[in-house]
Amino acid sequence: MSILKKATKKTLFLPLMCLVLVLLLNIIKDPGFFSIAINNGVLYGRLIDILNRGSEIAILAVGQTLVVAASAGTDISVGSVMSLSACFCSVLLAGYGVNSTDTFRIPMLAGMLSGVFIGGVCGTVNGALVSKLKIQPMIATLILFTAARAIGLLLCNNQITYLRYEPYKYLGNFIPGCPVPTPIFVAAAVIAAAFLVLRKTSLGLYIQSVGINSRAARLLGINSARICFLCYVICGLCAGTAGIVASSRIYSADSNNIGLYYELDAILAVALGGNSLGGGKFNMAASIVGAYTIQAINTTLLALGISTDQAPVVKAVIVVFIVAIQSPVFRKWASSLAEKDARAIKEAAGA
Amino acid sequence: MEDQILLTMRNICKAFPGVKALDNAEITLRKGEIHALMGENGAGKSTLIKVLTGVHQFDSGEIRLQGIDGPVINRSTLEAQKIGIATVYQEINLCPNLSVAENLFIGREPKTRFGLVDWRTMNKKAKKIMDDLGIDVDVTLTLENYSLAVQQMIAIARAVDMDCRILILDEPTSSLDDGEVAKLFKLMLRLKEEGVGIIFITHFLEQVYMVCDRITVLRNGRFVGEYGVAELPRVKLVAAMLGKDFDDLASIKPEGGETKSSEVVVEAKGLSHKGKIKPFDFMIRKGEVVGVTGLLGSGRSEMVRCIYGADRAQTGTLKMKGRELKAKAPIDSIKAGMGFLPDDRKAEGLIGELSVRENIILAMQAREGVFKTLPSAKQNELADKFIEMLQIKTASRETPVNQLSGGNQQKVILARWLCTHPDFLILDEPTRGIDVGTKTEFQKLILKFASEGMSVVFISSEIEEMLRTCSRMCVMRDGTKVDEIEGEMTQHSVMAAIAGGEAR
Amino acid sequence: MKKTRVNSNSVLLLITIGLFAAMYAAGCVIYADKGFGHFQTFLNVLITNAGLICVACGMTCVMLTGGIDISVGSLIAMDCMLLAYSMGVKGYPCVPMLAFVLVIGIVFGFVQGFLVAYLEIQPFIVTMAGMFFARGMTAVISTAQLSITQKSNPQYYGWANAKIELPAFLGYTNNKGAVIVPFIRPTVVIALAVVAIIFVVLRYTKFGRSLYAVGGSESSAKMMGLDVRRTKLKAYVLSSFLCSIGGICYSLNTMAGAVQQAKGFEMEAIASSVIGGTLLTGGVGNVIGSLFGVLINGTINTLVISNGKLLSSWANIATAALLCFFIILQSVFALIKERKK
Repeated sequence: MSILKKATKKTLFLPLMCLVLVLLLNIIKDPGFFSIAINNGVLYGRLIDILNRGSEIAILAVGQTLVVAASAGTDISVGSVMSLSACFCSVLLAGYGVNSTDTFRIPMLAGMLSGVFIGGVCGTVNGALVSKLKIQPMIATLILFTAARAIGLLLCNNQITYLRYEPYKYLGNFIPGCPVPTPIFVAAAVIAAAFLVLRKTSLGLYIQSVGINSRAARLLGINSARICFLCYVICGLCAGTAGIVASSRIYSADSNNIGLYYELDAILAVALGGNSLGGGKFNMAASIVGAYTIQAINTTLLALGISTDQAPVVKAVIVVFIVAIQSPVFRKWASSLAEKDARAIKEAAGA
Repeated sequence: MEDQILLTMRNICKAFPGVKALDNAEITLRKGEIHALMGENGAGKSTLIKVLTGVHQFDSGEIRLQGIDGPVINRSTLEAQKIGIATVYQEINLCPNLSVAENLFIGREPKTRFGLVDWRTMNKKAKKIMDDLGIDVDVTLTLENYSLAVQQMIAIARAVDMDCRILILDEPTSSLDDGEVAKLFKLMLRLKEEGVGIIFITHFLEQVYMVCDRITVLRNGRFVGEYGVAELPRVKLVAAMLGKDFDDLASIKPEGGETKSSEVVVEAKGLSHKGKIKPFDFMIRKGEVVGVTGLLGSGRSEMVRCIYGADRAQTGTLKMKGRELKAKAPIDSIKAGMGFLPDDRKAEGLIGELSVRENIILAMQAREGVFKTLPSAKQNELADKFIEMLQIKTASRETPVNQLSGGNQQKVILARWLCTHPDFLILDEPTRGIDVGTKTEFQKLILKFASEGMSVVFISSEIEEMLRTCSRMCVMRDGTKVDEIEGEMTQHSVMAAIAGGEAR
Repeated sequence: MKKTRVNSNSVLLLITIGLFAAMYAAGCVIYADKGFGHFQTFLNVLITNAGLICVACGMTCVMLTGGIDISVGSLIAMDCMLLAYSMGVKGYPCVPMLAFVLVIGIVFGFVQGFLVAYLEIQPFIVTMAGMFFARGMTAVISTAQLSITQKSNPQYYGWANAKIELPAFLGYTNNKGAVIVPFIRPTVVIALAVVAIIFVVLRYTKFGRSLYAVGGSESSAKMMGLDVRRTKLKAYVLSSFLCSIGGICYSLNTMAGAVQQAKGFEMEAIASSVIGGTLLTGGVGNVIGSLFGVLINGTINTLVISNGKLLSSWANIATAALLCFFIILQSVFALIKERKK
């Protein structure tokens, strides 16, 4: 009993339970769910698929977790920024108005890095609006939520740009000779970098301090505004990276569809990880588990025959459910209920 | 005489987790009187008011109102309003974006035949109310166009129009200038003539003597006494508020042999912050403990905030160990060797959900910079050292700091600054809301630090606490530094300085 | 004591009206050859944006309380899809379907409002979930591009194409010598009626004034005895209800249903409100301003279309830029106000 109680108190408990639950559901439906095979020298299997497809969400979740922790708000522009970074990258590589290309005008790496960079620029804009002008985070990011995708469309001249250059596919698919999908490596790298930074520097401590009590943080020598700003920039860079991966996956820049609905997934990942959307303390590992849980849900929904367009219905319900449980009103109600229960038990014991 | 009594509150007790906020407090309000409710921070004034107006529920005691049989218990401010108890706070409870007339009538607007809001009637009625009270405003303008004083009067007008018999004014004058205060007083006197009982809370002594008839003093949640204004001269009032019951601890100040260092650590010239503190000079030597005294709101906190750079000074210069310091943000002051324990522990001191360890090392970490993380062994060592040294009672160093009691939380913040080995430490009311034993510990610690060469500025609402620790005191009144006392300091001389004016 | 200070809020509204006039005038000069100056062009802006006008009115009500509703675009898509599917594919009669859509709006708003007001969840999160829910439901109904034709529902088709002609002197004579009589569609009448009704509601009812009070200071409103929660709940119900009316207008304009329909509509509605002088922090704003906001938005779109060469995403970008500009303006005004104190 006490072990169970202790386990449920751990922050990782909720997201892991969700993940296990989703996986269990899958295995009941399809016993071959965990099987992994090697076809044509690359790994195949549902699990690999979840790890692979979940990469973008995991990368976004890293940035989003920081933003939520520092500013008690969410960056809803990440999906659009993904699209913009892909388009920016493609326009640099292929040139304006080119529909399809197999030769690049500038080195591929430079193009990709520029895509990540433009994500950072978007983060700068969001960060400035939130930390300097004190605009509510979600309103501030609403601007780029619309504008970034529109700018991306503009850059691509309102069409899909196909980048038919073999190495461009590597990042989003497979590097020849390596059986593991590349996005898994990218996500692992981003996650590793995040953990390294959180471990080796005091950034995590700073962010939590600012998120919990920014006035006190300022008085003890932390530049609260700058930390908040930095979180948005990091979030932008993460969105940029995710955008490039997504673009490489389909070796094209499809402004209308890259990163579509990803803002919801990113926020859901943070919430599912048990992190309060009210800011403050955060658990990065939990967010990442949350991210893969969402991909597991996505894959499951797809397996159940629910299309990508319809999936948001389920996810929206999950978001509302989680946030409702987290809400102070609900908690107060639940704790008063628990108290009543305890009292009843005591009385029963007394009688 | 008896039927003149509007309200009696007897033996009111109210405990919050860890603190007994009210301990047999009482007040009696008569018809047509202005009754000052006095006491220092934490004396229980606002808790008493909140109990009366239904914001808090009291644990024991009795409230009786004229015309109502049996004891009264208010469960919400609305209930209190319904039986004629209205409160006007310093933070005005009106909507700045609505017109004056609307603010008077919202929720009970006059309607036309079609059930729509009848603006013309509303404005007319509002104009009449304002004229009757002698307040000259254009009722159709939005509230934010008017000064705080006028807004306050409008709030009072609303209360009066809703047939209030008891009007509570909670520090209404703290952000008003003299002219505005005079207007407010005129209105108060007028209401008094109409038979309204007014409870007036303020920290300006002059104002008490200008308008009030009676004074009730609270201290540490206890009722000290009820006095007629004439029978209680200023000095006695201050004494009643601050208490002069010296506890029997022997003076802990080291006898005589103070080695006065000549090295000046901090020197401020003409620092000021508009609207908060007028230009002041300040100097402190190595190993010196300087007190800043004055009543709440006198500018004592604002002065030290200005020195620390919590509120950036707009004029003047600050020298730290002979070198000019231009602090853009607190981090600059920290790097120069300052530390600052703010008076509002919850809002400005604690990072509540973080652990004791994290709270202790934060300032040091901030000074080191984000890339030089203190190794966790060092963090643990520091945390353990200060938990031991300051005897912080905590389950472990990883306990979230908001689970600690007030005194221990304060020690954690003190430890945070001791980590950084400051040359100059500002303690703004470190002993507020702390039990007596811990208070003495704090005083001893302060003297110990000073003997090790640290310069300390100490602010406290309790004078004897400062008398025991400080070698010099700056006296603040109305946002100005009015005096500096040194040498032979007695309770009386300090109180006289605080009270100011012709000490009656 | 009397002071007639220039109110920063009226300054914002003046900027808006000035901006609209300037933009329209510029359009008249630059695109004179394309008939921009004709009165019908202006009427067309109203016709195209009838739906947006309704939605912006609802948005204004929610924003007055200090909240926001970003579910509107998706809700419109869901309404349009529902109408297109039921009438276009299934051939149901239109009156019950329209009533059904309105009921859906009320229920949708009730759920959102309940979560915001009674569970105290951030309005943004709630309505974002609502946004994805409605968009997903659109796809659940159908993922095809559906349309309502004259054949499938002649009555609805008739409504959509009904012309209400205005006095002929407002028209112009074309180069063949025929007089072109200006006209509007029923949707414009609906939209303007909504503006008029909401104007009255906001100014002359207890509910309307409560919206302002709640936005001005929630704690004060509570202290003055207003039911803050119920007021907020009603605001969200009203928003979704008006959004459904807007959805019907939108459907009458497009006669179509598609998953990606009305994308970014929430942004346009918010932008219209903000540009029209509604403060993001709540408590200030009115529907007349929002109407002008919509007109500015519509003029931008018309300008982009008149140009012919520009991509439609320019309109999105311009709106976002304008929103950004006004948000910063508001924020600067707020900072100045704070500094004065």
